[in-house]
Amino acid sequence: MNAEALLGCFAAPACIVTQVSAGMIIGMLIFLVASGVTLIFGVLKVVNFAHGSFYMLGAYLALTVYGASGSYTLAVLAAVVGVGLFGTIFERFFMSRVYNADVLMQLLVCYAFILILDDVVKIVWGGDFLKMGMPREFALPPIKVWDGYVPPFYAFLTVFAVAIAVLVGALLRFTQFGKIVRAAAVNRQMVSVLGINTSLVYALIFGLGSMLAGLAGALAAPVRAAVPGMGFEILIECFIVTIIGGMGSMAGAFIAAIGIGLIRSFGSIGFPLASEGVMFAIMAIMLLVRPAGLFGRKAS
Amino acid sequence: MTARMENIIGILLAVVITAATLAFGGKALLDVLMRLAIFGLLALSLNILVGYTGLVSFGHAMFFGLGSYTFGLLMQSGAVSIPVAALLTLVAALVWGGVVGMFCIRLDDIYFSFLTLAFQMLLYSIIVGFVSLTGGDQGLMGGIPRPPFLGIDLTDPKQLFVVTMAVFVTCVLVIRQIVQSPFGFALRMIRDNAERARFLGLPVQRYKLIAFVLSGLFGSISGILMSLYVSGAYPNFAFWSTSGDVIFMIILGGITVFLGPLVGAAVFLLLNDNITRMTEHHGIVMGVVLLAVVLGLRKGFLDLLDDWWRARAGAVR
Repeated sequence: MNAEALLGCFAAPACIVTQVSAGMIIGMLIFLVASGVTLIFGVLKVVNFAHGSFYMLGAYLALTVYGASGSYTLAVLAAVVGVGLFGTIFERFFMSRVYNADVLMQLLVCYAFILILDDVVKIVWGGDFLKMGMPREFALPPIKVWDGYVPPFYAFLTVFAVAIAVLVGALLRFTQFGKIVRAAAVNRQMVSVLGINTSLVYALIFGLGSMLAGLAGALAAPVRAAVPGMGFEILIECFIVTIIGGMGSMAGAFIAAIGIGLIRSFGSIGFPLASEGVMFAIMAIMLLVRPAGLFGRKAS
Repeated sequence: MTARMENIIGILLAVVITAATLAFGGKALLDVLMRLAIFGLLALSLNILVGYTGLVSFGHAMFFGLGSYTFGLLMQSGAVSIPVAALLTLVAALVWGGVVGMFCIRLDDIYFSFLTLAFQMLLYSIIVGFVSLTGGDQGLMGGIPRPPFLGIDLTDPKQLFVVTMAVFVTCVLVIRQIVQSPFGFALRMIRDNAERARFLGLPVQRYKLIAFVLSGLFGSISGILMSLYVSGAYPNFAFWSTSGDVIFMIILGGITVFLGPLVGAAVFLLLNDNITRMTEHHGIVMGVVLLAVVLGLRKGFLDLLDDWWRARAGAVR
């Protein structure tokens, strides 16, 4: 515990700006992964335990494509499309077989893929830390905010993540597809009786959720080192966020993710060893006070 | 066959195996059986939750890690004897299981799995982060002292083997007693229909908590045995992959038959050892095997045997 350093930081605007921007990108990455999990769970009622591995896959794909083409835009696109496709295939050939089985079976299918993907990444990319470095598109002078400086990529990442979240929300809220998805979430059988191919809807939603993980991976590549096992780390944070925010609530996940991000970044100054503990403490308190989470509906 | 008969047969079998191994087996067989006893107990203890209560804990390794670290640290402090250290370790597991369990059982299904996993990672990060006490990534180094007690000297591999087997058999019998008791049947009822159990006046939450704590206690005993066996404790004891492995064992052997997890542990260790010897990419192979079992067989080996047995009995009748 280093309260002095923390107070010192709060007294200096430059430090606040730096830590807030760092916290925001951590939060946004967690949010993108968590929103994918939430989306899939909301409609399909299964939890994709392998979602962290999809995030990892996105980071590595982006790394390779960026290395080959030198274009970050292309790298992000490749990660989003690649992981989206992978997720769809995963849903069609594996996950869809255990929808009616119990949780244990779903967990194990995902666990098998976590094992396999970690190893595949080790074979293809090696087990060491890989760094992309700042993409050339973002080799710009930092933006001055208040008294501090924010790297342009940080600003971009935050805005982009929020925009994507709004876009996905609008897709579900205002389009025909969104209506079908929401109906399928309530009563799949009825929707399929109306002549809609619900298997396709499920596959698309799983694909969309996976795309969010791939996107998070691609956005993480410039700011975090890629390493096998990185998927599991974010998965834990993502679970904590879903529990604090309320299961199945995007807005809850958003707020909780920002909270966790800020705790992580300010915690690195004030209580580096305990920042993980603080996260768990908040989650524990939430479970005691409001088991359904910030925005969750009461568990039935 | 009555339950008592089965118990007696089980004890006799264990005694014969132990004696035969001591008389004819080499060090290799000793090692295999000890690991089987340790992981078999870990798997059986988890199955109290998974198979009997219907709570899929993905954080069971926390008790394994907690048991081995607490016991190892107590022994290294040199202040207590082995039985006292084991007893204190059980108290620690009781407290940790009680506190963590109180949170975890508030959630059902997949969220229960989340939460157990999260608490396990909390313990893991404490172990890795608290370097001055636990040695961090390196694990508890320098070996665990094993002073003799009651005329038993655990530095002798053969005596350690006998004690491990004895503890294992005792625990298995106690677990069996628990799941065959009215309490055990109440757990099955909660698994099958928690709402009905609640309507019948069963204190569902309290029963779940007791099951959680019991499962953790036996898990930590397995951890104690492990730290005696390897004379140390390592962070990966409390890592998520260990929890995954234990679930894997359970599903390999089958969750509906009492000894399923033990058989699963045997199959798992056999597989794991051979795959590790053949290839360094053992994650891929294990993952594929797991997929084949889950999507192909959809049941553990003993489950299948049980089904076949019942079907045959039905045909005869």
